[in-house]
Amino acid sequence: MDSSRFIPFLSIAGFFALWIVAATLSADPETLPAPWLLITPLVQEMASGELLYHLNATLWRVIWAFALAMTLGVSLGLIMGRSERVNLWLDPWLVIFLNLPALVLIVLCYLWIGLTETAAILAVTLNKIPNVATMLREGARALDPNLDAFAQVYRLSWMARIRHVILPQLAPFIAAAARSGIAVIWKIVLVVEFLGRSSGIGFQIHLYFQLFDVTMVLVYSLSFIVVMLAVEWIILQPWERRVRRWRVAC
Amino acid sequence: MDNSATLGAACQALACCMLEVAIKSKSFGETPVLGQIDLTIKRGETLAITGPSGVGKSTLLRIVAGIDTDFDGTVSRPKSLAMVFQEPNLLPWRSALDNLLIAHTGLTRRRAVHMLDRVELVDKIDAFPGQLSLGQQRRLSLARAFACAPDLLIMDEPFVSLDPDLAASMLDLTETLIAEHRPATLFVTHNHSEADRLGNRVMTLQGAPAQLELATVGKASPTKNYT
Repeated sequence: MDSSRFIPFLSIAGFFALWIVAATLSADPETLPAPWLLITPLVQEMASGELLYHLNATLWRVIWAFALAMTLGVSLGLIMGRSERVNLWLDPWLVIFLNLPALVLIVLCYLWIGLTETAAILAVTLNKIPNVATMLREGARALDPNLDAFAQVYRLSWMARIRHVILPQLAPFIAAAARSGIAVIWKIVLVVEFLGRSSGIGFQIHLYFQLFDVTMVLVYSLSFIVVMLAVEWIILQPWERRVRRWRVAC
Repeated sequence: MDNSATLGAACQALACCMLEVAIKSKSFGETPVLGQIDLTIKRGETLAITGPSGVGKSTLLRIVAGIDTDFDGTVSRPKSLAMVFQEPNLLPWRSALDNLLIAHTGLTRRRAVHMLDRVELVDKIDAFPGQLSLGQQRRLSLARAFACAPDLLIMDEPFVSLDPDLAASMLDLTETLIAEHRPATLFVTHNHSEADRLGNRVMTLQGAPAQLELATVGKASPTKNYT
């Protein structure tokens, strides 16, 4: 049996071991409770439906922002990588947005649009688009001109070119952008919820922060980390294995 | 400026010329690469072009294939054309069979399998190009080109970097497929013996800017191989 399959589980076990040691050393459950002290409040929150309600709200915001940021970022990066003229025009914008602090964009979106769902999702999307576009621009610049020539000579349709020639070449860049994107987006979503929403994990963390309830802050944070790990293992990694199948076979 | 157009229907109906090239000039920046070039190829005819490296053979083929449209002149080519590139230029993430099916939208699976059989790759239908040897990849590239029974076939040194035995067997296969399908063929090579073997006419591209030597009737006598 391949022992490497167990390494991620051992790694997580190591994380919990470290946590237990730190909790034991602090000897103050109000500052850092041991992992098992989260079980009862977790079960209570799940039974009351509170946890699922807030998880659901955050998850939808993450899905919307992720889908928008990936779609727009991939398109923008592809166009900028393929056209030097477009790149000359848009590169300064990219640099500005890359260096604009997430907090500034969030506050401006709330001020200009109001404390709405649209503003929240737009703020997160705008924060992530520049990163995705930058990664995909490099991918588009690395596209093989010989395969372009093949597509041109054999008159591949626009759709066929995208599907069979361009996207497979961009897959590693899209995978990298998706992986870093999903991790960054949910962190920004929490900030957005913290500042201006009345639902979601970020809102709950804000609430329990005011009550100085470390246990509940950890319950809500870890519950969403579990969701994101599930996304990584159930969606992202299998997809990545599928698109890398031809490399593995060679 | 590219004034390329599909060949007139009347001309094709008479089975006269499949390809008509009238290039006035082609430059890269301030550097002229190709001078006046006029050539025609009829159905079933193979024109082989030889010439030293860097003279502009591949540039000429890119213009003929419609990849390079930034030139002064006209090219009349049929709609149905295929090209065998110097490198196999296969889609490494698609199977051998899919490489044929993707290249030709109207191609049936049966015809694609038949073509793979013709190039002795029928047992590699599901293999990715990376799992094939260079010789097999080139055969797959050949199958892709002939799968649509093209009216015009363009070949850019398809036997380069193959060992002599493999190159000879590829040459046999290509000769057979050309005889079966009878496309108008434009074939570029460094190797005079390959040019003499496949070409009905052999011309040489040389000079700066490069021009074609006058076509000879029959085959040119081999003088030297450009490497």
